Amino acid sequence: MAETVAQLHGTPAASRGARAGAFVRRHRLAPYLLLVPALGGLALVFFWPLVQMLLYSFQNYGLPQVTGAAPVQWVGFGNFSSTFADSEFWLSLRITVAFAVVVVPLTLAVGTLVGLLLNRLGPKMSGFVAITALLAWATPPVAGSVLFYWLFNPDGGLVDWTLSKMPHWLVGSTNWAGYNWTTTGALQAYTVLTVLVVWTSFPFIAVSVLAGLKTVPAELYEAARIDGASPWRVFWRITYPLLKPIFLVLLLLSVIWDFNIFTQTYLLVGGLANRNEFNLGLYIYDKGFTFPPSYGLGGALAIIFTLILLVITVGYVRASVRQGALT
Amino acid sequence: MIFTRVSPRKARQARKIGLNAIGVLVALVTLFPIFWMVSTAFKPSQEIYSLTPSLLPAHPTFGNFSQVISGQASGIGTVWLFFRNSLAVTLAAVLISSFLALLASVAVARFRFRFRASFLIMLLIVQMIPGQALIIGLFREFDQLNLLQNLLGLVIVYAAQALPVSIWMLRNFVATVPRELDEAAAIDGAGAVTIFWRILLPLVAPGLVATSIFAFITAYNEFIVALTFLGQAHSTYTLPIYVTYFFGRGGAEWGPIMAASTMYTIPVVIFFLIIRRRLVSGLVAGAVKG
Repeated sequence: MAETVAQLHGTPAASRGARAGAFVRRHRLAPYLLLVPALGGLALVFFWPLVQMLLYSFQNYGLPQVTGAAPVQWVGFGNFSSTFADSEFWLSLRITVAFAVVVVPLTLAVGTLVGLLLNRLGPKMSGFVAITALLAWATPPVAGSVLFYWLFNPDGGLVDWTLSKMPHWLVGSTNWAGYNWTTTGALQAYTVLTVLVVWTSFPFIAVSVLAGLKTVPAELYEAARIDGASPWRVFWRITYPLLKPIFLVLLLLSVIWDFNIFTQTYLLVGGLANRNEFNLGLYIYDKGFTFPPSYGLGGALAIIFTLILLVITVGYVRASVRQGALT
Repeated sequence: MIFTRVSPRKARQARKIGLNAIGVLVALVTLFPIFWMVSTAFKPSQEIYSLTPSLLPAHPTFGNFSQVISGQASGIGTVWLFFRNSLAVTLAAVLISSFLALLASVAVARFRFRFRASFLIMLLIVQMIPGQALIIGLFREFDQLNLLQNLLGLVIVYAAQALPVSIWMLRNFVATVPRELDEAAAIDGAGAVTIFWRILLPLVAPGLVATSIFAFITAYNEFIVALTFLGQAHSTYTLPIYVTYFFGRGGAEWGPIMAASTMYTIPVVIFFLIIRRRLVSGLVAGAVKG
């Protein structure tokens, strides 16, 4: 009835609009139409490049193919086998994994301890500590990296100066004055990175743990205190089991972040100059942007890297779903 | 009775003092790097390279800041140019991504459709794909689209990058708007567009603020895409690339670099202080990248 009235009295444009509306309603297209713009953006920036990387990974795509001097050819799994045969790949993978293995537990431990501390402090003190943590968290990665490069700089950096003034029994017999942290070796460079990453990421853990602690009923702690339980026991018997879902998500997120780290490594390791200090991210970037480029190898690496992260992400998704995030 | 037990009140007081002492220590250690950045920014160069560094500048100077502002220090222009670039890119990306995310979150929160759960899981997965894995493909694609070395290319990338988390956060806000409200408006003859602008938008405004701030910070901090896309086009540099250029030029002048870093950091710090209360809610599931 309404439609016929619109058709009788409405302008042609209006009736066309009404008909389109009816079509959308009849086929329940509204949600899909609402999703189209977002999907378009995701396709442009995620899906299409990903498909391209997938194609490159099975092609001999390099400088001659970019300039058109030689045709693009399919090489099967050739890029993957040459990647697995490359010792630089294994070194970068080892560095990536080792870094995550050290930094993830360290960040979680520091963050949790500060979270527990914030929960115990009075409101004023807690607010003060939280704000300093917020400042560390807010510092942009580029600013943080440049700042830590300066702190650990051999020429006038504060860390070298402090270490050189300390007694040998405490800091070893290394000549710390003018010690170069970033180019001496992977261990030294990643030590600085560890300090930097723990400093920037512990606040997020602390604030999340604190939010979780606020949900734990105070009576539980009261009861434990009356029973004379030690803080260590209280944490592992009460806090940890109750906050386990939060810890699981924080663990997975930290692993993903520390695997993906790029900005800080790029800046602290000195760009693409020190090949023996590459992690996976720098290794891929080098394949694409150091002359001559090799998109084929870069593609293969990107697929390997994405698959590794996908395995971790599945864990993350499952943890989120279990928390009821999809409802 | 020689060994009198410490009274519980005294023990509690001692514990409180101990905890506060630890709190002060944690705060000082956390704050120190930022303090050092700002302190260096205000030091004249002979103090920066002095053999015995001092905590505070003995003769504080605005010299480093004025070199950064005049463009003399970096050689590629005044810091305001890069502020302008960063703000233009960031604000455009925030507006676009907020709008697209709002549409998508209405779809996800208000409709039950076939691929709803798959779409949400896809967003989680997309968000985890490392930027380095896509950067070669992204570079080639935007090269073909002729969007390298300009700010529009960055706007598109940043807007899309903010979408997954924005949609995840916004759908909760949309879900809290009672359905009866838009049904009542529909009965009164309001069209879908009116309902969107007059009812939904005002009610999810707090959510939009939260997602916008998230999108702002991600875009403002973004490094790898800007580094790759902008290349040698100095006049299009965003703040992080400007600081990187400045830093990587060799013969580093730490005073001006720290002054530039300080200026670059201030807006994010202000944002974080504004959203302090909101930081946790939703972010554990969504995640602010570190």
